[in-house]
Amino acid sequence: MSARDDILGKLRSKLGHLSDPNLTNPALTHIQEHYKNLIPKRGDLDKAQRIDLFCNEATRINATIARLSSTSDIPDSVSAYLRAHQLPARIKIAPHPTLTGLEWQAKTSLMVEQGRGQGDDGVSVSVAFAGVAETGTLVMTSGPETPTSLNFLPLDHIVVVQGDDIAGNYEAVWERIRAKSVDEGQPGTLPRTVNWITGPSRTADIEQTLLLGAHGPQRLHILIVDDPRP
Amino acid sequence: MHPTSPQFKQNARAALADVPLQAALAKLAVGFPVRRAEAAARLPEFEGLRDNARDIKNHVLENLDYYLEAYEKKVNDAGGHVHWCRDAEEARQTILDICRKADARTVTKSKSMISEEIAINTFLEENGIEPVETDLGEYIIQLRKEPPSHIIAPAIHLSKEQVADTFRLAHGDLAHDRPLVEPRALLEEARAKLREKFLGADVGLTGANMLIAETGTNVLVTNEGNADLTNNLPRVHVVIASIEKIVPTLEDASTILRVLARSATGQDISVYTTFCTGPKRPQDLDGPEEYHVVLLDNGRSDMIGSEFHEMLRCIRCGACLNHCPIYKSVGGHAYGWVYSGPMGAVLIPSLIGMEEAQHLPNASTLCGKCESVCPMRIPLPKMLRKWRERQFKAEMGSTTARWALKSWAWLARRPALYRFVLGLGVGVLGQFGGRGRFSALPFASGWTSKRDLAAPAGDTFISQYHKGARGDQSGDLIRNKVCG
Repeated sequence: MSARDDILGKLRSKLGHLSDPNLTNPALTHIQEHYKNLIPKRGDLDKAQRIDLFCNEATRINATIARLSSTSDIPDSVSAYLRAHQLPARIKIAPHPTLTGLEWQAKTSLMVEQGRGQGDDGVSVSVAFAGVAETGTLVMTSGPETPTSLNFLPLDHIVVVQGDDIAGNYEAVWERIRAKSVDEGQPGTLPRTVNWITGPSRTADIEQTLLLGAHGPQRLHILIVDDPRP
Repeated sequence: MHPTSPQFKQNARAALADVPLQAALAKLAVGFPVRRAEAAARLPEFEGLRDNARDIKNHVLENLDYYLEAYEKKVNDAGGHVHWCRDAEEARQTILDICRKADARTVTKSKSMISEEIAINTFLEENGIEPVETDLGEYIIQLRKEPPSHIIAPAIHLSKEQVADTFRLAHGDLAHDRPLVEPRALLEEARAKLREKFLGADVGLTGANMLIAETGTNVLVTNEGNADLTNNLPRVHVVIASIEKIVPTLEDASTILRVLARSATGQDISVYTTFCTGPKRPQDLDGPEEYHVVLLDNGRSDMIGSEFHEMLRCIRCGACLNHCPIYKSVGGHAYGWVYSGPMGAVLIPSLIGMEEAQHLPNASTLCGKCESVCPMRIPLPKMLRKWRERQFKAEMGSTTARWALKSWAWLARRPALYRFVLGLGVGVLGQFGGRGRFSALPFASGWTSKRDLAAPAGDTFISQYHKGARGDQSGDLIRNKVCG
């Protein structure tokens, strides 16, 4: 008997699922319902308050934030960040239309490469699928325009998130991801990776001393793009 | 790993005399519990979420066969492979076969308790493949050839000086006189060493905090980002997980994540929570080309429907360790195997046998703190008592203890006689306990050699209660005597 049949057979007999072959499958029923459990009220806010909560929560866990009113402000803001931290004027950007369409050359003297992350990348700029106000979390999805390696290899990670994409809670983002999978003709399929990122990398494994920058980025800088005009 | 659980008593004695260990445990005892309490207080829905989390896993365990099949189908749909394994031996062989097919020389690993359970590192080494632990704590103990002493803080028992010595020995290519005093210097050295390993590895082996049936996804939770470099960079990603890790939906996973980090470290959520589904997609610029899940039973299906069924809800947060007076006194290594603390004392006998692990269920004061902080509301003290009952039935334990328990049980079934004997004992001890405590007593040296025994009030609680002594001055007397 294969290990699969052995394990499943044992479970079926222990759980009493052998006797009635016409039993409805409670697992499939539950999965299709997408039943929502208790959702913390914390994120239940209007848009402006949601963005404020996102900022508060993200800065609590050592992320830094700049608020921009237009994507065209991104190059200047990135450039200012590099200067403030005395970093080389060189960045790796995700091949995402929000970033590739910007006038990096005209506005800054930065050396801009695009592509996936490499071991020697110092600073990356990528685009978040969403933010979650509840815990100041960024939601990154993998894809041709958003390679996951950019989120982890550099020491400085800069992430662009649209104000409109900052949700109150995780469940709201899952619904958006499901809706997108339907639009793309692959309903219910997740991207290869979905990363929730909440602050920069850290460890407390040596004498319980908190240190930032364990294997991932030591600094996480979030650019919230939100046009204040209605 | 060969268990040293049978030597629990010797292990515990050595641990109590271990100065760096005691310093580390003292720090742990004030750190984690305080941060957990703060995180719980910050979220009004925390207790309700614990109820939800418990109910989700109960539902899964009742329907585990259905969920495993649904999960498997989704992994296949996403282009991954599921390998079912009955025991550690099958899992080790499966992982080795995958590595051999991938022509692997180096395997990076992110922290996985199941991988400790099946002792995969030794096995890979024996077969000429280099396994590299990438969680900082795990990396340190791998270099020292030690098992983890805590689920989420595996090197908690070590001082920074011990870590520095370990690095000097292991990183022989670096200048011997380099300064390694500060934790930051140690971290940077490990980061640089491990970065090379991440970039050069052929296979990435991770555990899974959860497996999501809805999408065929594995969830990874870390603060360092090591699990992400492990699953993203190598050509092959292998997930090793036991069958009870299943949750139904993305919503259910989110609920459990809301209690996991709060219970573990007191963070609202860990820095990195990663959902991996299958191999890279055709247009993706990075990610593994192969995705395998090694789905391991290793004793879990035996626990289904048993007295220890509820243990399968455990999400390995470590809260019960952090709050346990025994764990906080002796640390994790004393338990002698992969797991420790109250969850270890319940789980280890199920996995390696009651005979080998017979001391562990007795290494508890049954104070109940573990159950009160368990995010999954697992009745750990009840299950520790179940093991003790089984041991008694199997005639294990010392003759004296068994004789004492039998006598007590005989007496306790005869309430009038019980009260009479108790009254006699309390009266006599009360007479002689003039200064309120005994520093020595016949038959009680196990207690009095380490601490004084408080003298009883001279009258039993029930008899004082019948005399109407409550709430007034003599009521206070009862409370003082009973509590102190």
